[in-house]
Amino acid sequence: MSFRPVGEIVAACEAIFEDLSFAKAREWKDAVPGRKVIGYMPVYVPREIVHAAGMLPLGILGGGADMEVIHGDAFYQSYICRIPRSTIEMAINGKLDFVDGMMFPSICDVIRNLSGIWKLLFKDKYVRYFDAPQNFRAEVGGVFYANEMRELRDGLANLAGREVSDDDIRRSIAVYNENRRWVNKVYDFRAAFPWKAPSAEVYLLMRAGMVLPPEEHTLLMREYLAAAEAANRPMRDNCRVVLTGAFCEQPPLNLIKSLEMSGCYIVDDDFMLIARWLLEDVPTEGDPIGNLSQAFLLHSAETAAKYEPDVARKGSYLIDSVRKRKADGVIFAAPSFCDPALLDKPMIISRIEPLGIPYIHIQYAENSSQMQPIREQSGTFADSIKLWSAS
Amino acid sequence: MSGQEVVKSNSQMVQKEMITRNYDRITGGTAKVSSTFVPGNLNELLMCFDIANNLPEINAIQNAMRKKSGEMIAEAERSGHSEDVCTYVKCDIGMMAKGNIAPNGKPFPDPDVLLLSYTGCFTFMKWFELLREQYKCPTVMLHVPYAADGRPTKNMRDYIVKQLKEDVIPVLEKVSGVKFDIDRLREYLRKSAIAENDLVWMLESSKHKPSPVDCYFGGVYYMGPIFTAFRGTDEAIEYYRLLRAEIEQRIALGLCAQSPDGDMPEENYRLVVEGPPNWTSFRDFWRMFSEAGAVVVASSYTKVGGVYDYDGFRHDPDHPLETLADYCLGVYTNRNLPTRVDMLARNIVDYDADGLLINSIKSCNSFSAGQLVMMREIEKITGKPGAFIETDLVDPRYFSAANVKNRLESYFQMIDQKRRAGGSAAAGAGN
Ligand code: SF4
Ligand code: SF4
Repeated sequence: MSFRPVGEIVAACEAIFEDLSFAKAREWKDAVPGRKVIGYMPVYVPREIVHAAGMLPLGILGGGADMEVIHGDAFYQSYICRIPRSTIEMAINGKLDFVDGMMFPSICDVIRNLSGIWKLLFKDKYVRYFDAPQNFRAEVGGVFYANEMRELRDGLANLAGREVSDDDIRRSIAVYNENRRWVNKVYDFRAAFPWKAPSAEVYLLMRAGMVLPPEEHTLLMREYLAAAEAANRPMRDNCRVVLTGAFCEQPPLNLIKSLEMSGCYIVDDDFMLIARWLLEDVPTEGDPIGNLSQAFLLHSAETAAKYEPDVARKGSYLIDSVRKRKADGVIFAAPSFCDPALLDKPMIISRIEPLGIPYIHIQYAENSSQMQPIREQSGTFADSIKLWSAS
Repeated sequence: MSGQEVVKSNSQMVQKEMITRNYDRITGGTAKVSSTFVPGNLNELLMCFDIANNLPEINAIQNAMRKKSGEMIAEAERSGHSEDVCTYVKCDIGMMAKGNIAPNGKPFPDPDVLLLSYTGCFTFMKWFELLREQYKCPTVMLHVPYAADGRPTKNMRDYIVKQLKEDVIPVLEKVSGVKFDIDRLREYLRKSAIAENDLVWMLESSKHKPSPVDCYFGGVYYMGPIFTAFRGTDEAIEYYRLLRAEIEQRIALGLCAQSPDGDMPEENYRLVVEGPPNWTSFRDFWRMFSEAGAVVVASSYTKVGGVYDYDGFRHDPDHPLETLADYCLGVYTNRNLPTRVDMLARNIVDYDADGLLINSIKSCNSFSAGQLVMMREIEKITGKPGAFIETDLVDPRYFSAANVKNRLESYFQMIDQKRRAGGSAAAGAGN
């Protein structure tokens, strides 16, 4: 297989990342009359069902570091995180005018209430607040969740003007299984050779997956992996960290670059957790909705938005990741004013501290511009880890 | 401000005794104790197991009114909690660190069960996960889905009922050693509905001019029994009967609502208020209204522990578990923004209010996220002016008296101007 050089692939991903008008998604929509695009916000929605309805699931992750927010501030008080205000700004500026519907997952009260704002302001759009169960028993939370997915399926079928069959969903499950496998391969590759797959690149590659159809994104990841493997890049004397807490509002790309430049290889993270939310392949035989429900209940990532019924397991997802990725430490990176991430942090710290896993905490907004203090903090962290492991 | 002690009415005395008795029961060492939240609290169900009901928000409010919350929050922040997060949580955690002393001066016992009724607020989940770390007691989650389309669905109701049957009730049986008796639950629910009828009568009494009650500052006291450990009891029925009689008398005498300093001499402005009050300067905050002759005729905060006046909900003894589900699904913060807008806009019209005031709480995303949009929508629907102030619940750092007072004064002037322009009569003209 011939592939483009790594720089070219990353440049293409960066162009997608920077384009807040979503030209790629518009192109997809315009290519065939009647196509529909459904936006979704973090942290998780079953994209398989949107895909099965013949629609493009489009990840909306805020306005990023450079977008000026003018109207958005009239919608939100200063003590609310930034992602809802920049998302509203994009909608008001027409950047989302081609989006036929929006899904708001049950991650926190801010996103929850944003679903209501959408209903009030964009009355002609399909709006779906999507509740996932906090009860993980098959006959209780599982039944509830499967019914919610059926409602979603029917709503989308109505919008699409056609039925969404079980076979459609099975095919989409297979597409996303494949996509997830490649996402995991990229993550595994980066953990094994972090100097060959810098985190900013991996980040951009995953961001492209929020906009492109999954089939195309899978091809892109394959191409990237081949190119990154072939590229000759110098290994640096960096420490290895897992970054956690950034599952919703995204940090500026510069922050990710700064961490690496200051001496920390990110070997795992929770950016765009949706791409890796399900930890195993979803079976493509049998009841597809039941299968998606089971996968959510039994094999999904742990994050602050999800209840952990077993107190002993709290934090185990992060600890497993530290072990599996052979990380030296943890960086808690939380958006300012983010109740889920910030309230979860003390509990997770109480789990990693006794294990002697070093950590630091940084707080950001998607438009944070001052990287110097963060570079200094993570640089000192990296130095102390190296010193500690050398002694 | 008058230094005079205002004479307490019968209903106030009764309520005070009820609260004292509940704290004595919680701290007495004999009853099993649960912690659970005000929105979606299942008091009738807990009573079926003889479990005492301790509500952490109420403890935070008590601490704020006694000026203790600031130090508790500081304590929680010193132990690693972010300045950015809900101060109810930090006040509770700080209180534990400072010996967990109840308002009656006795230490709170560790709860026997945390009943995590996840209704209308995401932070509840984190809050009880944090408490679970400390108490290591059984924790049972009741996940109440968000009524995002304005009404509960069958799927939501079935899910809650199943959780009650398969998770909540078995845990409460185990903790208490008492077998669940559905007829006992029916009996409590029947009593709830009786008290709820009088409660709604009270809420609607403010349609009178002048309003005999303030449904925000006064309202938080009136809601006390039904929102806490007394829904389903004879005491609550009695309290609301007494309250109703007192209000009937106030109406007959043409009295204005009460203020911290006695009856307001006149009623100049009628407001609908969205959002919880500030508790650290509660009385000063109240006086900023009452001294201007402003009465709150309806508020969303008096719906936070259950909505009874919007779509006629009453606890229904004939469908005991389903009614608990509907109750949880219907609390104010579990309703979507369009419903909240409709509720408040209708209040402005039905109670002939001059406009909407939003007290936006820094701590509370559940209430606050989206309030600016709500205000504009309500202004559009009603044609009445809105105003926006910002404070916090229990963090004294976020109550700026001068700012709040300025905003309120400008708002009252705006209402005056609107009246002059529209030629409408001042409030309080009597009807
Ligand atoms: S950043 Fe945090 S608080 Fe803000 S919307 Fe996302 S999860 Fe909610
Ligand atoms: S966020 Fe609001 S509703 Fe939730 S615990 Fe805090 S104050 Fe209460």
